[in-house]
Amino acid sequence: MVLTQQRNIVTRTWGSSVGKKFVMAVTGVIFLLFVIAHMIGNLKIFFGQETFDAYSEHLRTLGAEIFGYSGVLWIIRVVLLASVALHMVAAFSLWYKAKRARPVGYQHKGHQGSYAARTMRWGGVIIALFVIWHILDLTTGTVNPDPAGGAYGRLVASFDRPIVAIFYILAMVALSFHISHGLWSGIQTLGGNSAVKQHALKTFSIVVGVVIAVGFAIIPVSVMFGLVR
Amino acid sequence: MRITLRVWRQKNADAKGKMEKYKLDDVEEDMSFLEMLDVLNEKLILAGEDPVSFDHDCREGICGSCAMVINGTPHGPQKNTTTCQLHMRHFKDGDTIDVEPWRARAFPVIKDLVTDRSAFDQIIQAGGYVSVNTGSAPEAHATPVDKVSADDAFDAATCIGCGACVAACPNGSSMLFTSAKVTHLGLLPQGQPERQTRAISMLAKQDELDFGGCTNVGACAEVCPKGIPLASISRLNHDVLGATLAGARAD
Repeated sequence: MVLTQQRNIVTRTWGSSVGKKFVMAVTGVIFLLFVIAHMIGNLKIFFGQETFDAYSEHLRTLGAEIFGYSGVLWIIRVVLLASVALHMVAAFSLWYKAKRARPVGYQHKGHQGSYAARTMRWGGVIIALFVIWHILDLTTGTVNPDPAGGAYGRLVASFDRPIVAIFYILAMVALSFHISHGLWSGIQTLGGNSAVKQHALKTFSIVVGVVIAVGFAIIPVSVMFGLVR
Repeated sequence: MRITLRVWRQKNADAKGKMEKYKLDDVEEDMSFLEMLDVLNEKLILAGEDPVSFDHDCREGICGSCAMVINGTPHGPQKNTTTCQLHMRHFKDGDTIDVEPWRARAFPVIKDLVTDRSAFDQIIQAGGYVSVNTGSAPEAHATPVDKVSADDAFDAATCIGCGACVAACPNGSSMLFTSAKVTHLGLLPQGQPERQTRAISMLAKQDELDFGGCTNVGACAEVCPKGIPLASISRLNHDVLGATLAGARAD
């Protein structure tokens, strides 16, 4: 009897283009859940400094009896970091594969497919760069004018710089495009699409993308117009 | 009609090609695109030049031979149409039209607009079949097929393997082609025993042949002359996911 070598589930998944996309879809779902929770948390800014700073502190005391101070927050951070790493490695691998698949390009380029779909990769790079800036600005306070000002103080100080506020809003536009294509694409990758559902799924993804972007962008806009001081 | 053509000319697989300009003064709007190229070639032959090589066969939109990218769109501007069924009335007098071959590593150019698309045959060989015992044909009514599955399987089976999906895809992916075959066979009861291994085997072959990965842009479905829906790819993904989790293997 010949025993054939059976590859394990990790190599079976990572070894195929669709398997890498499964990884991107699942990590994408993690990002989406995080982003929604983050947006809901951010909107507490409209209930005043006390509520917002208390929320920020609550994130650190959450589950502290079991995981210690900031324990839950660090677990979330590690999961997110691992997801970012997997999402990006899979994306770059598929990017390379796509470049390889067409060594000679067209003289006359066609433009089929949506703008969001065609700008997915560079959009992802922009979001990654934004996230690095965002953490240095509002989490660590490294590039913030008021690093010791607490969560509320750092936010207001940061968005008092119009360039930063505009950069933030543009990044949210990129995020909304990324979600608009990414959500429906993830559903398709996980096998949840059908000809009947496709239009509804695409519309739903665009709505989710726009709602999230507006939910975030409303804060720098409010700071710029003096509604949040 | 007067038409200016810019056509990709490449002597052989190893030669460096370039766009060559030709002017045609006597194009009639009732000509098909291929007939227009025939007129060009007759002129080139009379002038002692090398005619433009292009693939064609049935000229009725079912063989999938007439592969060429017209103004950046595989098979040209008219939806759900192959090049042979595209007529010159869809262009304007004085237009300049760019004609290029399919561009994919898996479809190397043989000459001018002719590409080697045998990579598709290899994907089919990897799993695009059902295994049945030979002998007398079974009673047709012995295996019931519901109407919806029969219709969807038939729609997927209309894929002519032309390769327009690959040509249009920004990733050079053949997912729409592979998914059409997986949908066609996977929806029917005769295709069930090999459903999981078919999906992973055909996908593995496609990956191995240097087709790109799908990012669900949807350019393939927009240019498909047979209107294969983008959702077919979801069905392929579904079968691949199931096979991956179940540990299905073909060997």
